[in-house]
Amino acid sequence: MKGKYSERIMRVLFLAAACTSVLAVVLICIFLFANGIPAMLEIGLPDFLFGQKWKPSNDLYGILPFILGSIYVTAGSVLIGVPTALLTAVFLAFYCPKRLYPVLKAMVNLMAGIPSVVYGFFGLVWIVPLMRRLTGQDGSTMLTASLLLGIMILPTVTGVVEPALRSVPEHYYEGSLALGATHERSVFCVVLPAAKSGVIAGIVLGVGRSIGETMAVIMVAGNQTWMPQGLLKGLRTMTTNIVMEMGYATDLHREALIATGVVLFVFILIINLCVSALKRRTLYE
Amino acid sequence: MNNRNTKKNKSPGGFLRYAGRHPLAAAVAALVWLAALLVMAALVFLVGFIVIKGVRHLSPELFSWNYTTDNVSLMPALINTLIITATALLIAVPLGIFAAVYLVEYAKKGSRMVGLIRITTETLQGIPSIIYGLFGLLFFCTALKWRYSLLAGSMTLVIMILPLVIRTTEEALISVPDAYREASFGLGAGKLRTIFRVVLPTAIPGILSGVVLATGRIVGETAAVLYPAGTATKMVSSLMDSGRSLAVHMYVLSTEGIYMDQAYATAVVLLAVVLALNALSTACARSLMKRQG
Repeated sequence: MKGKYSERIMRVLFLAAACTSVLAVVLICIFLFANGIPAMLEIGLPDFLFGQKWKPSNDLYGILPFILGSIYVTAGSVLIGVPTALLTAVFLAFYCPKRLYPVLKAMVNLMAGIPSVVYGFFGLVWIVPLMRRLTGQDGSTMLTASLLLGIMILPTVTGVVEPALRSVPEHYYEGSLALGATHERSVFCVVLPAAKSGVIAGIVLGVGRSIGETMAVIMVAGNQTWMPQGLLKGLRTMTTNIVMEMGYATDLHREALIATGVVLFVFILIINLCVSALKRRTLYE
Repeated sequence: MNNRNTKKNKSPGGFLRYAGRHPLAAAVAALVWLAALLVMAALVFLVGFIVIKGVRHLSPELFSWNYTTDNVSLMPALINTLIITATALLIAVPLGIFAAVYLVEYAKKGSRMVGLIRITTETLQGIPSIIYGLFGLLFFCTALKWRYSLLAGSMTLVIMILPLVIRTTEEALISVPDAYREASFGLGAGKLRTIFRVVLPTAIPGILSGVVLATGRIVGETAAVLYPAGTATKMVSSLMDSGRSLAVHMYVLSTEGIYMDQAYATAVVLLAVVLALNALSTACARSLMKRQG
């Protein structure tokens, strides 16, 4: 009987462990929303989301500049990072010489493992001075942040797209070759469209990584609170707004920062939903 | 798996041969090669730049026991990182493995519970580290009154790496052939004994590879520990003290702008740790592959 007893206890223990992730998500939601939403209501939701001025000393808490900042920087990083990542994934799946494959694969994995603060540091000591020399202005700009994030999302996108390309049945590719198409046409016009869901999932994942990135952006984006003023001007994103001011903020200011986190969290939840919906579609295809 | 590679383009310049007949195709092929070379060049340049500029600033003083404004030693930060990593792993690894065991060995496929756990794990995986940092600050530091402390930082990281540990363990458990389980049952072992004596030992390399990856994420994490653990520079005396991790130390140094040389050196140490962990993880994964033939 003793054996059965321990079996049952362990079963409950395993179940409890599995439930911690549910508990964690619930707790995160409760604590973020409970601390952020009162501030949003106090400031007024339209004033908070669409206000163009962030001046905590004057009780002005408009985060539109940061929302736009996050969107612009993310869009820029996608424009730079995604094409390169897609081509790299295609290279890994269809072009890579067998000897090079483990090397490149290891390099992509390593890129994913490099801490964001190291990327940020590299941006700070190399890309920012380079930009300063090229443009003659301050080097901490939207373009700098986009470029750095473009590099950072590369491994994320490649890591999802390459398996998606490989999971396309081989006879698609062979059929296309048999019809007289070149290797390139077969890959880009037959296999790539067939792997559409995986490709989109990879891109959306990259967007999520880009919009949530904090430490790298804070070191190269300039962090001015004004509305984004162009590619070669500095800006501030939602993530960096939190880190910049959380250290000394009190009262409503502090709550407004948490509310910024809530807005970011909602963005991320939407992106997450897209990713899991796409993943499910890939499974059923 | 790589059979496509062997068939096509054996030589790097293979596409040049049909450049005359299919100029567009050759251009596309050139673009693909260019992208791959660009990625490799970017990584080599980044690592090379930091290592070359940083190695000469690595000095024994940098590893002295005390942090002072004259000598911004990284030793306290290094020790804090070790403490945070050990604490976080100590909690997250058993929790993650148990959760994966439930999902793979016990749960009925397609039950609502499993669906819920899947969705929340995926959600956790997509949450950016700054949100974890905020949550850690609100929950562990404020609500549980732990203040800025290493423990609050570790617990925040536990939640952050949990999905990674669960997912890699799950994959490792799934890859254990059912014949092992059946043989164990056939010999009269119970479910628990089968899991601990047969399934888990077989899955160890896969689990380890995930744990090592998680360690890498913990060591490199900044945004999630910055606020829960704080930025204190003194050597800690207990888990409830505030202390900066190595990554936070590096962030503070490089934003202060006075100690750039030391920031370079810290970057080298961070990179070395991450590189080593990455290699270790790959080695674990490879030994798993080998065993499966």
